[in-house]
Amino acid sequence: MSSPAGTPAPTAGGGLPSSIRLIATSGRAGLAWCAVAWSAAVAAPPVDKVVFNRDIRPILSDHCFACHGPDGGKRQADLRLDDRESALAAGAILPGRPEESGLVARIRSLDPDLVMPPPEAHKPLDAAERDLLVRWIAEGAEYQRHWAYEPPVRPAVPPGMNAIDHLVRSRLERVGLEPAPEADRRTLLRRLSFDLTGLPPTPEEVDAFLADASPDAYGRVVERLLASPHYGERMAIGWLDVVRFADTIGYHSDNPRNVWPYRDWVIRSFNDNVPFDRFTVHQLAGDLVPDATPETRVGSAFNRLLLTTEEGGAQPKDYESRMLTDRVRAVGAVWLGQTTGCAQCHDHKFDPITTRDFYALGAFFADVDERPIGRREDGMVVAPPEDVKKLADLDAALGAAKKAIDAVLPQLDAAQKQWEHDVAAYAVTLPELGPDSKATPDEAKAATQVAAALKKDFAGRNGAEREAVQKYFRTRVSPALFRAEQDAFASAEKARNEFYGGLTKCLVTVRRNEPAVVRILPRGNWMDESGEVMKAAFPSFLPAPTIEGRDPNRLDLARWLVSRENPLTARVVMNRLWKQFFGSGLSRVLDDLGGQGDPPANPELLDWLACEFVDSAWDVKHMVRTIVSSATYRQASTASPEALAADPANRELARQSAWRLDAELVRDTALASCGLLVRTIGGPSAKPYQPEGYWENLNFPTRTYPADTGAQQYRRGLYTWWQRSFLHPSMLAFDAPSREECCAERTRSNIPQQALVLLNDPSYVEAARAFAVRIVKEGGGPPEERIAWAWRQALQRLPRVEELATLLPLYHEQLAAYRADPPAADGLAKAGLASVPDGIDRVELAAWTHVARVLFNLHETITRP
Amino acid sequence: MNPADTSTIAALRSRLLARRWFFGDCGVGLAGIAAGALAARESSAAARAPSPLAVKQPHHAPRAKRVVYMFQAGAPSHLELYDWKPALAARDGTLPPASLLEGYRAAFINPNSALLGPKWPFRPYGTSGIEMSEILPHIGGIADDICLVRSMQTDAVNHAPAQILMNTGSQQFGRPSFGAWTLYGLGSEAEDLPGFVVLTSAKGTSGGASNYGSGFLPTAYGGIPLRGSGDPVLYLSNPRGVDRETQRASLDALHQLNDLSLSRFGDPQTAARIQAYELAYRLQESAPELMNLADEPKQALARYGIADPNQPSYARNCLLARRLLERGVRFVQLFHEAWDQHGNLKNGVKQNCVDTEQASAALVSDLKERGLLDDTIVIWGGEFGRTPMVQGGNDGRDHHNRAFSLWLAGGGLKRGHVHGRTDDFGFNVVENPVHVHDLHATLLHLLGFDHLKLTYRSQGRDYRLTDVHGTLVNGILA
Repeated sequence: MSSPAGTPAPTAGGGLPSSIRLIATSGRAGLAWCAVAWSAAVAAPPVDKVVFNRDIRPILSDHCFACHGPDGGKRQADLRLDDRESALAAGAILPGRPEESGLVARIRSLDPDLVMPPPEAHKPLDAAERDLLVRWIAEGAEYQRHWAYEPPVRPAVPPGMNAIDHLVRSRLERVGLEPAPEADRRTLLRRLSFDLTGLPPTPEEVDAFLADASPDAYGRVVERLLASPHYGERMAIGWLDVVRFADTIGYHSDNPRNVWPYRDWVIRSFNDNVPFDRFTVHQLAGDLVPDATPETRVGSAFNRLLLTTEEGGAQPKDYESRMLTDRVRAVGAVWLGQTTGCAQCHDHKFDPITTRDFYALGAFFADVDERPIGRREDGMVVAPPEDVKKLADLDAALGAAKKAIDAVLPQLDAAQKQWEHDVAAYAVTLPELGPDSKATPDEAKAATQVAAALKKDFAGRNGAEREAVQKYFRTRVSPALFRAEQDAFASAEKARNEFYGGLTKCLVTVRRNEPAVVRILPRGNWMDESGEVMKAAFPSFLPAPTIEGRDPNRLDLARWLVSRENPLTARVVMNRLWKQFFGSGLSRVLDDLGGQGDPPANPELLDWLACEFVDSAWDVKHMVRTIVSSATYRQASTASPEALAADPANRELARQSAWRLDAELVRDTALASCGLLVRTIGGPSAKPYQPEGYWENLNFPTRTYPADTGAQQYRRGLYTWWQRSFLHPSMLAFDAPSREECCAERTRSNIPQQALVLLNDPSYVEAARAFAVRIVKEGGGPPEERIAWAWRQALQRLPRVEELATLLPLYHEQLAAYRADPPAADGLAKAGLASVPDGIDRVELAAWTHVARVLFNLHETITRP
Repeated sequence: MNPADTSTIAALRSRLLARRWFFGDCGVGLAGIAAGALAARESSAAARAPSPLAVKQPHHAPRAKRVVYMFQAGAPSHLELYDWKPALAARDGTLPPASLLEGYRAAFINPNSALLGPKWPFRPYGTSGIEMSEILPHIGGIADDICLVRSMQTDAVNHAPAQILMNTGSQQFGRPSFGAWTLYGLGSEAEDLPGFVVLTSAKGTSGGASNYGSGFLPTAYGGIPLRGSGDPVLYLSNPRGVDRETQRASLDALHQLNDLSLSRFGDPQTAARIQAYELAYRLQESAPELMNLADEPKQALARYGIADPNQPSYARNCLLARRLLERGVRFVQLFHEAWDQHGNLKNGVKQNCVDTEQASAALVSDLKERGLLDDTIVIWGGEFGRTPMVQGGNDGRDHHNRAFSLWLAGGGLKRGHVHGRTDDFGFNVVENPVHVHDLHATLLHLLGFDHLKLTYRSQGRDYRLTDVHGTLVNGILA
């Protein structure tokens, strides 16, 4: 298999005629032609020159870098293979001379003491990987910077072409695959509606689309959906996952905190199409922007979304360190697509991010005023201007009342002192404790405490005792003394607190004047305070601006993330967006665009998206519109067995993909079909029905779960109360993440708990019952007609004959069963809070409820096509 | 044409078509269709689709094939239970030597607090003569079956991070639990029950559901709580007014409709969906059957110390654990959070022993009698230990991560054996330290895995239960 030293001849493609091999690898001039020749000959990509980023880096990263990579701390034999100069200097690689290269000798060695990777690493190379390394050295061992750290380059696209289609089709031609035909219109509308609003279309919307013969029918549907207020809700779901938005603190007691206005801010931002750069800056530094407003400050709640603890015995230093690392991981996950967490303890083993980079990034957040342990504060009042004004007025009134009472305090205190003196001097028994006392037990108890406190002198009493004595004196001994001032103060306080209590608050970022000192923690150990003090700085491996005369701050960090120099953010965000519309990213590993990630099959396409995103001034709706308007997006997701076999993971996009809806949308779909869905946007998180006792293991304090009543019970899934340690079980069953950590990609499982939820969760039983009411009232007369109607509501198509023939007997069977047992029908009618209208036969309703339940449980119903 | 008209006409056409097909061409009555359902269910392509829980072979021949982990959350005091320190008793009330406290931080107390002697005397148990507290008579009774590790160490001193570390190998949330890794590696032999079952008693854990979650592994590998009251599995019961027959009829229709879609489009997810519904249906029968202890003889209940088989308790959970393991469940984890004795040490520990001690021992001896202990791993332990220094007056101990005790029993483990030793105060490990990661590495070894090779790729990294740590503890292997 090996070729003579110095001859850049291919060594792969063994069984092919040598003429084809030569053509395939002979210089650029013949490429276009030979690609055609190849696709005619075999349905596989042509063997190009080995490309470092595509072919070699993944091998080196996975098999070699752990010991011969960027992490100086763990580097073996002082050899690094991630850096060409070092590898050449060490003799590991001699360009063009694989047979003399140390690396080749070691990977081919049969001696277990010499072979690389060493057997104990359990990462052996296979023959194809060894061949690639040899070919690469033979071809000159050219390195490339990791693809994601190179600035994206906008590929040329012929005028008038949709760039996505052009770039996808070019790949398909190269690999010899045919694009799938366009999906039918009903499928397209279901797909678009789920992808852009998270709700199924109505049958009427499908009919209108089917009937619209105008050339821009599709475009107008896209515009209608982009303008829907539900667009922001749909877009928010993924963002809330990646920023780990939740209603509770996470650790231990997992108590509530005030953050839901941030969720609404995200929804609003998407609906208003706030440019992504501004969206970013406000989250990281909404308090520091020159034009900071309450709105931008709500965005800055991002910095407060991390996990916190109220656990007694928690060490402030420990949690300071946890918070710093949590925030650095978040920036890595949300914008940089880098697994920064590794560098908390050591230089990253696969990527160039160092421990210094890690703590320097952390130092950007040293000015965030947040106590490391304990209850979170209420946060900023988020209210309409008139309420803010009213609160200010009440605060002022309270201040005035306080001032008035402060003025008479010396006299009050003097009187109290005199009274205390008298009590002591004459051994007075408090009347509540006297023989003729008519005091209630509570009054007597309070008086006992006061009497005990009075036995101590003032200095010997604790705060509670002092307060008790003062309260007793002012309310019971001489209630008339300065009564007006006291009453005025009490009522001003009450008015203020009641009004304040009813206002919405949100944790936001508040800057503190003395930033915390950030040190490198050796091995991440918070008890080790010997590490170097770090100032905020941009990661050293990425291009960054120089800031003169001052240390960079959070605002600089935010602006840098969305600057043109930053090669990562636009790619990371576009890759995640792509997943929303195609089921997986162009680079499959959404949270790691580093060396251990997955090089995109179509790097030009990801680059084009990134460039277009930045060039459009970070216009999110523009990008969404561009993607969903492409022919690539509109393809059918079904494919022939041959096409499936040719590209099982659909990397080349010769078809669309189908997948089960996200947890929130499973709920939304059922509620929308049955008509119970309340479409209000935003507001406090909602508590749908939840099995009794599900929170029984929550402590400090123990809690019950009060399910919401009224409209709040029928809110969309994304508004569900997000209890990190015990997420609502229906959400959890459908893979909603706990949001303890940033989550760029949900798993997508298919497990029995999902069946139990859809069959038996009262939310779904009630939805089925409500749907049955609609079937009876709106579905027409004969059962066949009703089934067809219901089918259209749920799936926006008519049932096929065999489908109808399956549901019809079910209906008749259930009807007969409930006719024989009317109390069972009554029982089923009682599911949930929604009432059943009068005049509907319960037995009939029960039978239709079963039909509705089957419809809600169909795989097709919960599948985005 | 008005879209509404289109839809009405289409619906009518369909209705006519359906009628003709159903009552005319089809020629099969209702009964015929219902009878065909069962056959269709069993022969469908879906029934043969691969399951993520299919039984898999580990790396090497395993010593054990199932696990029951009795997690004693809150951190039991090793000094009252398993690690006898006469010197501590002798120095009760005196300050600890300064050298002991260098660089040490406790969670709540000033470390320079008086030493507190053990609250109970110890005595040797069994022919092995392992010294344990006199308040552990039943566990003493299985002394010759257990391997007591007195040299456990962990990194965290607060409950939530320490519990997460003990159960997932990391203080950071989001990692798969030990049970999830086990299921991922071995699959499950239980056809009608989940492969990883969780039973809780007393208060809840501080780490919440992450203690038994699937983390970044597929959700199918996560632990399923069997609840003490209400539905044993969430949403298990049919809605009011739906009995098992009507449920089956609906599921048959659903199965057939999904099957039609499967044969039309061939999406393997449809097949998996059909399977999931069938398992859910079986679970509706098997879970209540499992929970119903009416078929257990009185002696069995008495052995575990179960006063009322209908009341949730740790003892009942131990018996349920045996029933689960008998039915092929791979991993059972009990959580009993009650061991955080910052104060009320004497009464608290005593009560916990009353609540758990007999049943824990009964589970081991019961498994042994049934021949299951030889290939089951039993684990008893919490997330850290307690300080030899007093907290509060003279009846409490603070969190302590440098040394604690834990015991194991079963397949591949030494019996009647003590591993590791602490200093005179039970403060530092002085012999054979066993870190949480080492324990995990060893447990995986017993299950047939090289802990370095049982990996899952997430965020660009091959993750392991043992993260980047873990050394096999050969000293506890039989």
